[in-house]
Amino acid sequence: MSDTPKPEEILSRSHTPPKTGWMDTPIDIRPGMYCYASNPKSVDYVGLPYPRQWNPMEDDWNLPDNWKEIIFEGMRDRLDRFRSFKVFMDICVRCGACADKCHFFIGTGDPKNMPVLRAELIRSVYRNDFTRFGKIFGKMAGARPMSLDVLKEWWYYLFQCTECRRCSVFCPYGIDTAEITIIGRELLNLLGLNIDWIATPVANCYRTGNHLGIQPHAYKDMIDFFCEDIEEITGVLPKPSLNRKGAEILFITPSGDVFADPGTYTAMGYLILFDFLEKKYGLDITWSTYASEGGNFGFFTSHETMKRLNAKMYAEAKRLGVKWILGGECGHMWRVINQYMDTMNGPADHLDVPVSPITGTRFENAASTKMVHITEFLSDLIYHDKLDLDKSRNDHLKVTFHDSCNPARGMGLLDEPRYVIQNVCNNFYDMPSNTIREQTFCCGSGAGLNAGEDMELRLSGGLPRANAVRHVHEKHGVNMLACICAIDRAVLPALMEYWVPEVDVTGICEMVGNALNLPGQKKRTTDLRGEDLPGMEEEEDADE
Amino acid sequence: MNRHYMFSLIAVLLLFLIAYVGVAAVGLEALFGIIIPYAAIVVFTIGFIYRVVGWARSPVPFCIPTTCGQQKSLPIFKQAKIDNPSTKGNVVIRMILEIVLFRSLFRNTKMKVKEGGKLFYGFELWLWLFALAFHYAFATVLVRHLRFFTEPVPQWLQLLENVDSFMQIGLPGVFLSGVVLLAAVTLLFLRRVLLPQIRYISLANDYFPLVLIFGIAFTGILMRYFIKVDVVGAKQLAYGLVSFHPTIPEGIGAVFYVHVFFVSVLLAYFPFSKLMHLGGIFMSPTRNMTTNTREVRHVNPWNYPVKVHTYEEYEDEFREKMVEAEVPVDKELAPEPEEPEADETSEEKE
Repeated sequence: MSDTPKPEEILSRSHTPPKTGWMDTPIDIRPGMYCYASNPKSVDYVGLPYPRQWNPMEDDWNLPDNWKEIIFEGMRDRLDRFRSFKVFMDICVRCGACADKCHFFIGTGDPKNMPVLRAELIRSVYRNDFTRFGKIFGKMAGARPMSLDVLKEWWYYLFQCTECRRCSVFCPYGIDTAEITIIGRELLNLLGLNIDWIATPVANCYRTGNHLGIQPHAYKDMIDFFCEDIEEITGVLPKPSLNRKGAEILFITPSGDVFADPGTYTAMGYLILFDFLEKKYGLDITWSTYASEGGNFGFFTSHETMKRLNAKMYAEAKRLGVKWILGGECGHMWRVINQYMDTMNGPADHLDVPVSPITGTRFENAASTKMVHITEFLSDLIYHDKLDLDKSRNDHLKVTFHDSCNPARGMGLLDEPRYVIQNVCNNFYDMPSNTIREQTFCCGSGAGLNAGEDMELRLSGGLPRANAVRHVHEKHGVNMLACICAIDRAVLPALMEYWVPEVDVTGICEMVGNALNLPGQKKRTTDLRGEDLPGMEEEEDADE
Repeated sequence: MNRHYMFSLIAVLLLFLIAYVGVAAVGLEALFGIIIPYAAIVVFTIGFIYRVVGWARSPVPFCIPTTCGQQKSLPIFKQAKIDNPSTKGNVVIRMILEIVLFRSLFRNTKMKVKEGGKLFYGFELWLWLFALAFHYAFATVLVRHLRFFTEPVPQWLQLLENVDSFMQIGLPGVFLSGVVLLAAVTLLFLRRVLLPQIRYISLANDYFPLVLIFGIAFTGILMRYFIKVDVVGAKQLAYGLVSFHPTIPEGIGAVFYVHVFFVSVLLAYFPFSKLMHLGGIFMSPTRNMTTNTREVRHVNPWNYPVKVHTYEEYEDEFREKMVEAEVPVDKELAPEPEEPEADETSEEKE
């Protein structure tokens, strides 16, 4: 952290590219900008190729002798299997519309972080190896042969992309850098070149059901611990069930929510909500220790690894015999569920079309995947006036909302979270329109880059988001940044501390938990964080 | 000095010399007027089809549209039907707007750092405007040229020409499309040369077609307004090509053959270049797919079974801990392993 540049340094970075062309600018792998190499044990545990010790800072990456052939064959195979990859390799006209749309380019000024150049790093090799024109005209046609330096450049810059898809919104051909990064990382993984912040969560998730490696008894301990906290705050002890067969609904959320603040308060929010619905309307829901992860770091490794980790959701739903699945607040989890899960591990014929047992609403939009987002579920409950909410318990918060990239651009979940927020708290202010909804800026730490060692990268990439938060903080006194993503909740506190220290971070269900009146609750004088609610204390005094 | 655009300028200059000298000095009218145009059309047609079929042969394993607006979920939320299209009809509208109006490019913004370290994103419509002007002018010029390939000239074409030359500057009337094309292509070129970021990402492949199209428009305008080539002869040649009775009329002038040669080079270059975005835009999975991905299952033709960590394996590893923590299990703990353990300890005690 001591090497982390000052905010003014990041802000004053030039966006004018260097004099030397990008093909002639050698790669400079800088500490603070990359994540540590994958631990061989983790790579080996899930049976991915070439587990070994290697260090990005060393010249020799201990590659297999035929590594060029592996990459070439890997590319050919993927060009045959993914039309997206093939079309995106061919049709870019380098108009440059994407350049300043990328948070990493805005924050670092490094031209290879322009989405177009990030893709050109791969395209240049594609032209050389797969197109006649590139073979004949070489460098003039933007082609270059694969070399160790090129490979290192791929690794460095493909792990400086958070697959947020913002560039793809602005591209006149819809070229999606996320898709190129996904496939590029898949190629790197053929050589065992992952980062450990992804590889180890993948191995953990495969074994224990979640990225953090929480074993079932510990998972239960954590849930019990939250319930005790809830009892202390509300006087009501929720009694959630784990791995219960015959429940109507299975609830899956990212493990980050049970692990660290402020995600844990979101988890408490879920527990309060479910307890309320159970007591009031007989909601029949269970959590699972086996499917104890909504997120999917396999998505950041390869399509196959994504599928292997995602398989648990339907498998567990089938084993428990539930009717449908409810999903918690998470970003990339919802991209996987919305655009990949059914294709990869469906059809989920063992499940029913989701119907809210409380309102009777049929979620037609999830008719095939059979999984509903918690804010869709909540919006429906609120609309039908099924919740007993006291908004004033969130009056100490002035809230803005960060659209997480994946629900925004891989789903279109934009109004649901806002609807919930506005129904549980009185002070809500959106950030400027070019920084929210489908144009939202990434937290700067997504797609597996939320490690500690790449803090400079994260703080640089998070600049545009933080800058927009600062704007509403200064204009409206916003002091709380709400989000629907576990990675956001893990990384935005550090980003805020650096750029806008007056603003804290919350999940939406935490605010729901604050506002929801539980049957038989005691007088609530603190929020879920145990912090005194200003108005409530005064009231107490006045009453006496 | 940038070798990428110098390369393109020199290449087009060389092409000019080849055709000009070839016709004016060597007298290769038949080569530049008949053989090369035919060859170019063959290369273009086969190349174009080959590329599109090549893309089409790769499947679309996942439904990955970029959602640029509110999804269809509950009736209380207004769906952005075009930017997040859940039906095929709306996808068609999204594609039409994309292809005809460059809708995504219209969203373009430009980032600026303002004083006090505030980032600002302003609308930046120049690129959209240049691009739109360029494509529409080019299309109009192309259609206007049908006059050379049809006999009699259809009436609607006459109408188009009247509209295109409504400004009525001198005689012959100035076609607006030609002027706009020349201006737009110049602006697009200058944009690449002058903006540092765009210059940095530009390849020779980006400058070359702009310079070449400049050459085409320039020779065309030269012939129409300044040199005044023999239009009847030009039409005879063009009509001869499409009716498969190619002829070389006398005295059309070398500039005409340069014009035709430039067009031939553009056609032949097309399928090997980024100009294939013309076909590619129709195939882009982030734009041409429905977003109802949770409502209707998308099938991946190469979906294959993968190794997973089953619940049974999971429970086998953690059963003891689960039972102890009162987490339900499928198989109860086997009582056997405890006995030998007990024996061992008792033996040790003894």
